[in-house]
Amino acid sequence: MGRTDSISGRLIAVEGLDGSGKSTQIRLLKRWLELEGLKVYFTEWNSSSIVKRATRRGKKQHFLTPTTFSLIHATDFADRYETQVLPLLRGGYLVLADRYFYTAFARDAVRGCDRQWVRRLYNFARPPDLTFLFEVPLEVALNRILAGRPQLKYYEAGMDLGLADDPVECFKAFQGLISEEYKHMRKEFSFICIDATQAPEVQQQKVREIVRRMIDLPKYKAPPVPVLQGNAGAWPLSLGSKT
Amino acid sequence: MSKRWYGKGLPGFDIAQLKGLLVVIEGPDGSGRSTQSAMLRDWLERQGYPTSEIGLKRSTLVGRELEEALRGNTLHPLTFALFYATDFADQLEHSLIPALRAGFVVIADRYIYTLMARNAVRGVDRAWIRDVYGMALVPDALFYLDVSPQMLAERSLRKQGGLNYWESGMDIYRAGDLYQSFIHYQKRIRREFDWIIKEYKFAVIDGDRDPSAVQEELQSKMRLVLRSLKPSGRRKIVFKSVSRRKTAL
Repeated sequence: MGRTDSISGRLIAVEGLDGSGKSTQIRLLKRWLELEGLKVYFTEWNSSSIVKRATRRGKKQHFLTPTTFSLIHATDFADRYETQVLPLLRGGYLVLADRYFYTAFARDAVRGCDRQWVRRLYNFARPPDLTFLFEVPLEVALNRILAGRPQLKYYEAGMDLGLADDPVECFKAFQGLISEEYKHMRKEFSFICIDATQAPEVQQQKVREIVRRMIDLPKYKAPPVPVLQGNAGAWPLSLGSKT
Repeated sequence: MSKRWYGKGLPGFDIAQLKGLLVVIEGPDGSGRSTQSAMLRDWLERQGYPTSEIGLKRSTLVGRELEEALRGNTLHPLTFALFYATDFADQLEHSLIPALRAGFVVIADRYIYTLMARNAVRGVDRAWIRDVYGMALVPDALFYLDVSPQMLAERSLRKQGGLNYWESGMDIYRAGDLYQSFIHYQKRIRREFDWIIKEYKFAVIDGDRDPSAVQEELQSKMRLVLRSLKPSGRRKIVFKSVSRRKTAL
């Protein structure tokens, strides 16, 4: 489905556990590319306006099952893909994605959806040109999340899986399973693994180095038109996940 | 009659618990689907079979949002396909399966096939959408109410004084004469159904006739299906799928 057509843009995705620091890293990457004067666009998981309300209600009322959870996120993804990601890639943009379909592969598999079914569900979408996986020991990620935000939401904690009665315990077990899924996908999808226990600036240097090496950045210079500043959006940096 | 999924099915559901019957009635808007479903339910309940109904855009999860998105005409083909699939899955899990578990005869006023046809004419890969609907339950009986596009237009005009935007495929054709678009779109959908009817072994019912004649045929076919509910009759009924297409395409 349109995967082979000529696409001049490049897609960079970050994946990792909640609390791995991937959102911080991709925002830093975005800032750098913007300051270099390149055409950049940032998109994040679960943000399409069309299905947002339905997703929110479904989550609030605990309506979602593994299958509808999977499908509603795929719908959200498809909306962003068709209206933003694909046109931007065709238009020669560098598209940065905070989580991509690998997040669905991991979460849906943990929820019991058939892995092949989920993969086929997303096979309309182009795989990223570069996918960074931010790896931290489970305890570190848990500490970062649990220290900053005690109130875990039902699906975020994986309560629908019934792994434990206590949300925090359940979240820990859930994240552990997701971490296993990521590990299994590392090779299959040639993730670029970044040790996320290092200082943020050290990680960012590595990320930038790889991006510079793998992508012909000067090709993505924005045309010289006056651009309004103030689209920095990501500043100041916030820690924690946006899920 | 033992049930099966088209593909991997739904995680966490025991299919062996499903009794009842799933009867699908497909056909375009104006084919008399809703009238026929209602008559069929009356007929079944008169005989003591509990019935319920599912349809499109009726899920508690996304039914309303889907309706709104359609009004705003903002959906691209894949999003459209997956949004409907979400709506379908929600009803599958929350309406259809509980009803079948309780031994109901569930009438599906449209099922996955209309969605497959609509998706296909909008350029969505046919194999892909079939994979997505691998979670769906295989029906016990499939009926297609066949009505010529001209007749559909006439009925729609008489009933609503106009033609529906989506049923005229205006998202595809954009400009031009609404009546012509309607006819053209309905023919394309019917062409998709040609394949679907063969692939899934639909019983095609001539819907151009008087409603009571259509109902009579439905009932006589349903009698065979109901027989399979009895312990002695555990075999799959396969109707001869003869596509009597009305339009020269």
